Amino acid sequence: MSSLLEVAGVSVTFDGFRAINDLSFEIGRAELRAIIGPNGAGKTTFMDIVTGKTRPDEGRVDYGEPPRSLLRMSESEIARAGIGRKFQRPTVFEQQSVRDNLMMALKNDRSPFGVMAWRAARTDIDKVADLAEEVGLADHLDRPAGELAHGQKQWLEIGMLLAQDPRLLLVDEPAAGMTLGEREHTTELLKRAAETRAVVVVEHDMEFVRRLGCKVTVLHEGSVLAEGSLDHVTANQDVIDVYLGR
Amino acid sequence: MIERTFLLRHPSVMVFIALLALFTVGATILSEGFGVGLISTSFVKTLGKTLCLCLIAIAMDLVWGYCGILSLGHFAFFGLGGYMIGMWLMYERTKSIVVEQLGAAQLPPTPEEVREAIGSQIFGVVGGSEIPAIWMFADSLIIQIALVVLVPGLLALVFGWLAFRSRVTGVYLSILTQAMTLALSLYLFQNDSGLRGNNGLSGLQNIPGAENLSQDVISVWFLWASAFALGAGYLFAAWMVSGKFGNVVRGIRDDEARVRFLGYNVEAYKLVVFTVTAVIAGIAGALYYPQAGIINPAEIAPIASIYLAVWVAIGGRGRLYGAVIGAALVSLVSTWFTSGQVPDIPLGFYTIEWVDWWLVLLGFGFVLVTLFAPQGLGGLVDALVRNRQAIAAPPPTPAKSAEKASEAA
Ligand SMILES: Nc1ncnc2c1ncn2[C@@H]1O[C@H](COP(=O)(O)OP(=O)(O)OP(=O)(O)O)[C@@H](O)[C@H]1O
Ligand SMILES: [Mg+2]
Repeated sequence: MSSLLEVAGVSVTFDGFRAINDLSFEIGRAELRAIIGPNGAGKTTFMDIVTGKTRPDEGRVDYGEPPRSLLRMSESEIARAGIGRKFQRPTVFEQQSVRDNLMMALKNDRSPFGVMAWRAARTDIDKVADLAEEVGLADHLDRPAGELAHGQKQWLEIGMLLAQDPRLLLVDEPAAGMTLGEREHTTELLKRAAETRAVVVVEHDMEFVRRLGCKVTVLHEGSVLAEGSLDHVTANQDVIDVYLGR
Repeated sequence: MIERTFLLRHPSVMVFIALLALFTVGATILSEGFGVGLISTSFVKTLGKTLCLCLIAIAMDLVWGYCGILSLGHFAFFGLGGYMIGMWLMYERTKSIVVEQLGAAQLPPTPEEVREAIGSQIFGVVGGSEIPAIWMFADSLIIQIALVVLVPGLLALVFGWLAFRSRVTGVYLSILTQAMTLALSLYLFQNDSGLRGNNGLSGLQNIPGAENLSQDVISVWFLWASAFALGAGYLFAAWMVSGKFGNVVRGIRDDEARVRFLGYNVEAYKLVVFTVTAVIAGIAGALYYPQAGIINPAEIAPIASIYLAVWVAIGGRGRLYGAVIGAALVSLVSTWFTSGQVPDIPLGFYTIEWVDWWLVLLGFGFVLVTLFAPQGLGGLVDALVRNRQAIAAPPPTPAKSAEKASEAA
């Protein structure tokens, strides 16, 4: 069994409220996985744990080979180890150009003095151009990111994720607020990314999840309620009760 | 070669350096020491000191305007820089006086006698004659200059490491920096701090080894030194924020969590910026106090660092020339108002004395800028330049500008 990320028996309590409850979860090296579940199920908190933002009370989070615990690593160390994250709310650096946003994300030396002396090489410029092309922002490279439309910001953020060249991508509600056409483009992006790495997508929109055509994990009250193909989990009576039936 | 392309890509830096050179040469031509004598030596000193304040304002802009750390303690570093150079100035000056006095006696003085005499000369006011251990290197200009950089730098490094590591941010960090500068100033106020308590260090305008030069000449030398430091500081700061480092630092200001998830060690970046700016502040202080002639613990009272933030806010955060405009304007106007040159306004029942009312005016100006020019005075310059350009040339097509930018990068 060669899993890239293994979460085992993880629990998190916020002021007595158990947001994550004995959660266990695994994802393979090149796999696309959708996570669905009602509001407050703990989907975002799960990502917070993996990326080091929230420390669990108990449990194990191992990543990579040989497996290393993420629990002792800082956010930036985890990111450098190859875990990229897209937030629920698009967060790009609005005052900086699309190019600068992508350049900052590009996989390169991240130490302060290294960055101070760094100047973009031809290959970096080309890579940024390719990424912009891929996420459909080639014509917007010099615009401030704050001027972009909502959907474009989401793509820029996905572009920044790809620029980091991560081995595991955690994507929180990428299609929120997108038009139908934009959603299709986003689906394509994620599917292509998952060919060479692991991608975990949190999404509420069932149509979007169907188009991803991947294994689905249903979270409820901080633990896994069901797992399998979309048809399999949507036929599950528990899932219908807590999520679909409402 | 790198520097040349850097300057070409940032014409505003060249404009600034040119203006600074013009200003310095102009002031020299008008000075008493080297020119026609149209401006007094004390005004030359005021101008030189203003340049030093502009330099610390650049440091403040880097740490606050670019990195988002509202440090209200950078005057502590400025003052420490002043104290470090002041120790050498005062020690060597006292030594030459003492040697002269003792030289009148028949036997040549022993080194111990000289040390004792220096000790009682300098520390008599605080009731001592021992030279404290921290004056160990006071006879070495090289070491004291090194301390100008090392002492503020190390204090900033230790303070910043503790504060940033515990993720203290925002108003809590501001309060912590205020506490730091307050603690330092209270400590220095004590007579046994080894730095002459509230008397501070004085006579700093007398440069050892330059006794036969008049202040008319020395003041111009310091004006040039301050101008060089400001020019170099501006260049360095502009270089630092022009590349990816500047983008990361601005990113930390706007959303530090996001920068972390990109894999950057935010705390390390903050520490670098905090320490580098503390060193710049120390250098500015080391050039300022020989022109002021005296330094005492009141100089690093918490309010001084708050003024610094006000200058930068008025001038415009996040643009280097904004910081310079703010510091120069406010400190010069402040000198003018508090020097008694502005006639008081008698209202019959009350007289407006500008020495007191100047602060009200400053506060009012601050409110006006905040309300009507939130980008500061530097922001108005930006808007002006943009307007000019828009009138002069039609906006370039997106394809063109993309081409240009990729050439530039
Ligand atoms: N820092 C926190 N402090 C206290 N409670 C929190 C914190 N973070 C999350 N919670 C709570 O934990 C629960 C899980 O939240 P989470 O954001 O993970 O849900 P989600 O599945 O992402 O929901 P949504 O679909 O609405 O995004 C919620 O009840 C939330 O209120
Ligand atoms: Mg969520």
